[in-house]
Amino acid sequence: MAVDPKQTRVTAQWKTGGPLICCRFDPQGRFVFAGGEDYAIHRFDAQSGEQTLLSEHDCWVRGLAFSADGESMISAGSDGQLVWWPAAAKQPKPMRRVQAHDGWIRTVNVSSDGRLLASAGNDLVLRLWDLESGELAQEFSQHESHIYSTFFHPGGEYLLSGTLQGKARQFELAGGKLVREFDVSSLHTYNGGQRVHYGGVRSMALSPDGKHFACGGLHKATNPLGAVNEPLVELFDWESQKKTKSLIAGGDKGIIWRVAFHRDNFLIGVSGGSGGGLLLFWTPAQDKPLHKLKLPNTARDMDVHPDGVRIATAHHDRHLRISTMAAANG
Amino acid sequence: MRCEYACGSVEHGIARRQFLGGLAAGSAAGIVGGLGALAQPAAAKELTSAQKRVLVVFMSGGLSQLESWDPKPKTDTGGPFRAIPTSVPGTHICELLPLTAQHMHHLAIVRSVNIHTNDHGIGRYKMVHGRPRSAAADYPHLGAVTAKALERQNSSLPGHIRISPGGGGGRSNNASYLGPKYASIVLGNGNPPQDSTRPEGLSTEADVRRNDFRRKVNERFTARRRTAETDVYTYNFEQAQQLMRQREVFDVSKEAAADHERYGKHDFGKHCLLARRLLENEITFVQVSHSNYDTHNENFNFHLEQLGEFDRSFAALVGDLADRGMLESTLIVVMSEFGRTPRINARYGRDHWGKAWSVVMGGSGVQPGAVYGATNKNGTEVSDKEVDHANLFHTYLQAVGVDSTESFQIDGRDLPIADPASSAIDDLLV
Repeated sequence: MAVDPKQTRVTAQWKTGGPLICCRFDPQGRFVFAGGEDYAIHRFDAQSGEQTLLSEHDCWVRGLAFSADGESMISAGSDGQLVWWPAAAKQPKPMRRVQAHDGWIRTVNVSSDGRLLASAGNDLVLRLWDLESGELAQEFSQHESHIYSTFFHPGGEYLLSGTLQGKARQFELAGGKLVREFDVSSLHTYNGGQRVHYGGVRSMALSPDGKHFACGGLHKATNPLGAVNEPLVELFDWESQKKTKSLIAGGDKGIIWRVAFHRDNFLIGVSGGSGGGLLLFWTPAQDKPLHKLKLPNTARDMDVHPDGVRIATAHHDRHLRISTMAAANG
Repeated sequence: MRCEYACGSVEHGIARRQFLGGLAAGSAAGIVGGLGALAQPAAAKELTSAQKRVLVVFMSGGLSQLESWDPKPKTDTGGPFRAIPTSVPGTHICELLPLTAQHMHHLAIVRSVNIHTNDHGIGRYKMVHGRPRSAAADYPHLGAVTAKALERQNSSLPGHIRISPGGGGGRSNNASYLGPKYASIVLGNGNPPQDSTRPEGLSTEADVRRNDFRRKVNERFTARRRTAETDVYTYNFEQAQQLMRQREVFDVSKEAAADHERYGKHDFGKHCLLARRLLENEITFVQVSHSNYDTHNENFNFHLEQLGEFDRSFAALVGDLADRGMLESTLIVVMSEFGRTPRINARYGRDHWGKAWSVVMGGSGVQPGAVYGATNKNGTEVSDKEVDHANLFHTYLQAVGVDSTESFQIDGRDLPIADPASSAIDDLLV
């Protein structure tokens, strides 16, 4: 079913025990999981909103990923641990714990073939894990700044890392060789007055046709410590690496926490920050959004349901919200 | 403004003769000694502690106590970082300070600071002046108080140095009634004092001749029309001469490359290494600042970034002072204008919080390894032994042997060294 992003509205909101950080639908679309500042994962039935609490983490839960069949969920904690869970069990309990990093894990992702799990931590190391066995498969330590995001190319050959310093590095999965680097320095700011680095590649995505590569974050950071900045998605031609568009929010303040391509070839970005929460919709051809949906509270993460209609957003006000896009006319 | 002490009293007459005699002899010690005697000397008791020094590390913007000295893991306010053990059994600090954790047996934590303000300017003033500014009174900076109370009569170097993170330089206006001699000389970005090299086009002989001429004119002028302003001009000229002769004291590039590496090759590392150099050269008070902790947004990312710098440099400095036997004579203070809110805001930030936060002290006169006071379970209130800026100010001074309950005698008036309504934290003092 084709959808019309201009007809998107919030259709459900479910409360949790703490401010939320991340959210993901399982690949079968049965559940949506949210990790939070309350040291817990909240699993919601995607239809009814029935909530199950997974409380065995001993830290903030910063990332979620799934096996290809959706039966295993892997969560990433600020204590550097990866935890494997049976996603659909009545009351899931940890199946495996791996001390993956020294310090936070900032991002976790699964390859399109479901074999590999990528994690990146505050130790500036990107690691690949065998999803089935939990064994370390490969390590990439060529990072001089924090890794804020990872992305598996769907072709199965490459893994990309997005850094605070505004670099998107493309590595070969076989052998770990650095192939090339996208310059996304427009997403990074060094503020000499405040003496801070800020911004970074917060999220990466590739269009369904494989032509457009998107990096989300922020720009116009005139006051990093005061959250005065605006969302930005930089769009590149995947083959040539040429920047094709800078997708802006049109004056709203915030950060793109996640950007994703819809199967209908438009982009969805979630923004949070001093301007509150926004869902932003762009086409690759226009720099200004074709639609903006103001959310009831600042947002921190987003995921699109496999049905391509529902969007989950994680919020500071302890709510997970579901927004629904309407069917396109004709 | 007429100078009250140019009234012809016996003491000032002596001082003036010393001053002029010093100039005539061209003796650095004589010059500065004469100038030092222009003001009323501090109490003899204060002068006995002349070998002490003070290092202040100012965490500009407001360091989060929860990401540093008073972590609250596994609470609703604790944030994502863990607490780690330190060299003091039972004392934990935030995991962002792993190197400092190894030196906590040299340091003490005051976890119960309440300064009753969340305003940057007010908080900063209270913390470095020991009292709130009022319409009726401006108080001298801790550095000025220290420089005067611990003044070395035979030293030709300034007693109050502030190493600023940015550029600039010159002399601050933070000594109030103690006079500009005790105001801080600013080393912008750790560079030697501004204009402290002789212009290339000016020969040594010409420089000597012009200074001789200036002194003669000054002498003639001050014999009849001496004012506070003329004294300040004279003092600044003479001190500048001394600084030019001892410029290497301020040149951190003279330190070993291995030390630069150890301290970190960022500005704060360089500034901490310069602080060590200044303290070794018996500068009485050195303040280093680290920016910026005013993290209303992304508090955790910014503390990770900033404390990574701080930890390496500060730990190296504490370790060096200990290894060189300087801790017994050097007081270390790590302070901010306030702490940060236990509540984490919607932007992963923490806001201003003067109500329950921490200060670290160590070295001279301080109980090593002590933890004084406490906050409640999630850090929102002081739960034990609340102290404020005035208590801390007394404590800093008493730790270096200054009786903070005494007064400076300025122009015939007794002006209390610290807030007379407050007192030191005796339990922290050795």
